[in-house]
Amino acid sequence: MASIPRSRPAPPSIKLSLSDPVVRAIVFQVLVVGGVALLVWYLVSNTMANMEARKIASGFGFLNREAGFAISEHSIDYSPADSYFRALVVGVLNTLIVAILGIVLATILGTIIGIGRLAKNWLISQICSVYIEVMRNLPLALQLVFWYYAVILENLPSAREAHNPLPGVFVSSRGIMVPVPANDPTYGWMLIACLIGIVGTVLLSRWAKARQAATGQQFPMLRAAAGLILGLPLLAWLAGGAPTALDWPELRGFNFQGGGTLTPEFAALLIGLVTYTAAFVAEIVRSGILAVSHGQTEASSALGLKRGLTLRLVILPQALRVIIPPMISQYLNITKNSSLAVLIGYPDLVSIANTTLNQTGQAIEGIGIIMMVYLTVSLSIAAFGNWYNKRIALTER
Amino acid sequence: MSDAAATLKSLPQSGGFNNSPLAQWVKANLFPNWWSTVITLVLTYFILKFLFGALSWSLFNAVWSIEGTDTEVCRELKGIGACWALIAEKHRFILFGTYPFQEHWRPALVIVVFLVLYGLSTVRALWNYWLGVVWAAGLLSIGILMWGGVFGLRFVEQERWGGLPITLMLATFGIALAFPLGILLALGRRSDMPAIKAICVAYIELIRGVPLISLLFMASVMLPLFLPEGLTIDKLLRAQIAIILFAAAYLAEVVRGGLQAIPKGQYEAADALGLSYWKKTGFIVLPQALKIVIPPLVNTFIGLFKDTSLVLIIGIYDLLNAAKTSTIEPKWQGFSIEAYVFVSIIYFVFCFAMSKYSQKIEAELSHTHKR
Amino acid sequence: MSATATAADSRPMIELRNVNKWYGEFHVLRDINLTVERGQKIVVCGPSGSGKSTMIRCINRLEEHQQGHIIVEGTELTGDLRNIDTVRREVGMVFQQFNLFPHLTVLENLTLAPIWVRKMPKKEAEEMAMYFLGRVKIPEQVHKYPGQLSGGQQQRVAIARSLCMKPKIMLFDEPTSALDPEMVKEVLDVMIELAREGMTMVCVTHEMGFARAVADSVIFMDKGEIVESAPPTEFFANPKSDRTKLFLSQILGH
Repeated sequence: MASIPRSRPAPPSIKLSLSDPVVRAIVFQVLVVGGVALLVWYLVSNTMANMEARKIASGFGFLNREAGFAISEHSIDYSPADSYFRALVVGVLNTLIVAILGIVLATILGTIIGIGRLAKNWLISQICSVYIEVMRNLPLALQLVFWYYAVILENLPSAREAHNPLPGVFVSSRGIMVPVPANDPTYGWMLIACLIGIVGTVLLSRWAKARQAATGQQFPMLRAAAGLILGLPLLAWLAGGAPTALDWPELRGFNFQGGGTLTPEFAALLIGLVTYTAAFVAEIVRSGILAVSHGQTEASSALGLKRGLTLRLVILPQALRVIIPPMISQYLNITKNSSLAVLIGYPDLVSIANTTLNQTGQAIEGIGIIMMVYLTVSLSIAAFGNWYNKRIALTER
Repeated sequence: MSDAAATLKSLPQSGGFNNSPLAQWVKANLFPNWWSTVITLVLTYFILKFLFGALSWSLFNAVWSIEGTDTEVCRELKGIGACWALIAEKHRFILFGTYPFQEHWRPALVIVVFLVLYGLSTVRALWNYWLGVVWAAGLLSIGILMWGGVFGLRFVEQERWGGLPITLMLATFGIALAFPLGILLALGRRSDMPAIKAICVAYIELIRGVPLISLLFMASVMLPLFLPEGLTIDKLLRAQIAIILFAAAYLAEVVRGGLQAIPKGQYEAADALGLSYWKKTGFIVLPQALKIVIPPLVNTFIGLFKDTSLVLIIGIYDLLNAAKTSTIEPKWQGFSIEAYVFVSIIYFVFCFAMSKYSQKIEAELSHTHKR
Repeated sequence: MSATATAADSRPMIELRNVNKWYGEFHVLRDINLTVERGQKIVVCGPSGSGKSTMIRCINRLEEHQQGHIIVEGTELTGDLRNIDTVRREVGMVFQQFNLFPHLTVLENLTLAPIWVRKMPKKEAEEMAMYFLGRVKIPEQVHKYPGQLSGGQQQRVAIARSLCMKPKIMLFDEPTSALDPEMVKEVLDVMIELAREGMTMVCVTHEMGFARAVADSVIFMDKGEIVESAPPTEFFANPKSDRTKLFLSQILGH
């Protein structure tokens, strides 16, 4: 009997025949890739011929040219004399602001409604149910134009007759005006103090965990974290002379000056995105909570764990496993849906890129820029989601 | 529900209203403890106030029609009563766009054909080869009705189409034509051949990573550049192509979920019987996979139906755009709410019906799997 | 036990020569040598992880071996797709999880492969299907769906499905392990009858009663190797290796 081989032999050589699976696979792939390449070449050559005929320029040189159009909302300084590039950056920032705010608010609102759906009080659960059904079955575009045109532009009073629900807060068809803290270097220090507080919390929690593992003593981490993250900025504020000056909006002529403004466009977009997405978030949260079987709570109580610990150590981790993947999907959706801003005139990336490509005629570059930016954001969020999923995946046999 | 049990125990054992199931349910669900009672009372107050306000605005104080072109009556009641006169005058425009007035029976018939097709497709007993034939005939008749030019029907060019038929067409043709592409992409993504897998993954991730609006722009602006000199395609077709390409990527992911859910043993049994790849896929794998994913498929269709409203960005007069433009006229300015409420009802009816159907199918499927 | 083929009848049905297989670095089949003559029934047993399922799945190329030769009815199993197709047409397989197609009726399950692979006319295929359903004693279930049948009935349908391809060899991969105990007998009875009619069978199973009744040879595998091989009476009465003795004491003890 031959001796048992020690290691795996090399794979056999390929015989050149169509019944060899390797050869078949290669031939098939070559055909498909070739077909796709042919199609792409056909489209590209047509495009180049057409651009030649219509005298359309190509290349990204236009980015350095003067933009020549104003943007109504910009978080960084911008004037029509700035370049197209800067205009697009303003657009990207506007998109990110709306997306991040939308994500945060939709998560909060959606979680509340999702939990409300599970409430014992029949009225509460029915109201939440109605909310979810209505919001999910109407198009987002419809909701946006509703908020913008129907509510804000047509049914809110003009600035002179603005609603004044709280001192300094004015609601009119020109937007929502609020008083904001006046500019003061102390706020910069407060931000730094807050960051220090966060870093300190992380370090402190590591130390506390190690100490619990070694000695079994528990550390009141929640109170310590609150103290650091809220207390340090408070100290900075006091040290800076406790500035309380506010910038108040004042009616001058037909509009308000000073204070902070939420434009109708921004308000409509944010309200529309948040109320729409919250309905989906609510369903995700609800299914996450339901996914954890009641037996888990029972077993946990039987072991003597109090309600708070049960929630934190047993229920929440399992619920989050079910909740996080579709939640990431919704965050992606909010980011992509913010592109609907172009319907109501909020200057997000799509809106500004659209103006740019109309003015320069360079449609391909313009749309390419839009898609590149969104693709980057989407792939980053998706990659984060995948990493998080792998990290928390249950190990199974 | 120990609260309910305690409540039940405390009720007197005699008969009468207090012991009726209704009273018990009310007690358990609305007034189990004092905190919940407070909430119930407060909410009831607000709900009644809201309902009364909504009813008086939409029914009691509403203006249903006006004489001639005088909308002053409506304006005086703005905020107090709805101006349904707008709908009375503009509903044809909202539903059918700028389609020639005398021919409105044609798009109306088209809507009916769509409803019949959808309705037939929900009946499981009819799911066979003949349904495909019925669909083909239905879609053909829709084309004939909208375009005309044959059978004595007057020809109506695509620029004049609008309203609900456009929404239905974009969504239906979108999903129908995206289906084969989506299935191929899903199969390709699971393939062992690296080039095929790479192409499919790239396509799916690219399309899913960008908003539909950018694809609509791309189709509207770039498609004319892609085509050789002299060949043009109209706006509606460009939008349709964008929607098809968009839907295919999402469908691919849905189908892929179904393919993954099929136990490996099915593939092995088919292999052991000697079935080739395409026979195995067509007879064994796909029928099972597609049946499993009907609920997410319907949800994708609902999403697509809502997404068709985005074509207003490239100037196509779907249902939403028609509603939006109905209030541009000076005399009707300011009555957007009425227009949007009208189309909201239409959208809601369609989407809600489809989502209820999807839930029903999901319940059925989970029952059959439990044997 | 070498293979000298002069007339086709005396050629072995299955030959495994120095077959080795690795999963990555894990050596799962070690130098397997096995010959199955026409009409022979081989029972393969062993602890889980011993490679017995892997071995019979190599015979119809559901798994690939990296070294050695597997020859089925004169056709060697290599990467060549034509050979694989030829072998799969002649070899039938019954799985532990039945693997019936749930969306097709029993009749459609049975006639699918004959119609599409052997290109049989539909009527002929259906007649044959009814015949084999009768052989496994459940002809009345012909229009039911697999989900409506019991486990034992499903496995018998699975056997009938393989038989409809008129295979020369039947492979059984733990056919009764997923069944409730009261249904094991009905499936074993079908297998015994099949054996008595002269089918060449390789069967991975723990049912030692079946082995005693019909097997020509019982093979014990452990850690990827064939440890011992003997006719059933000798195998159960005088196991030679210690590993065999240990295994037999574990499964025959209760």
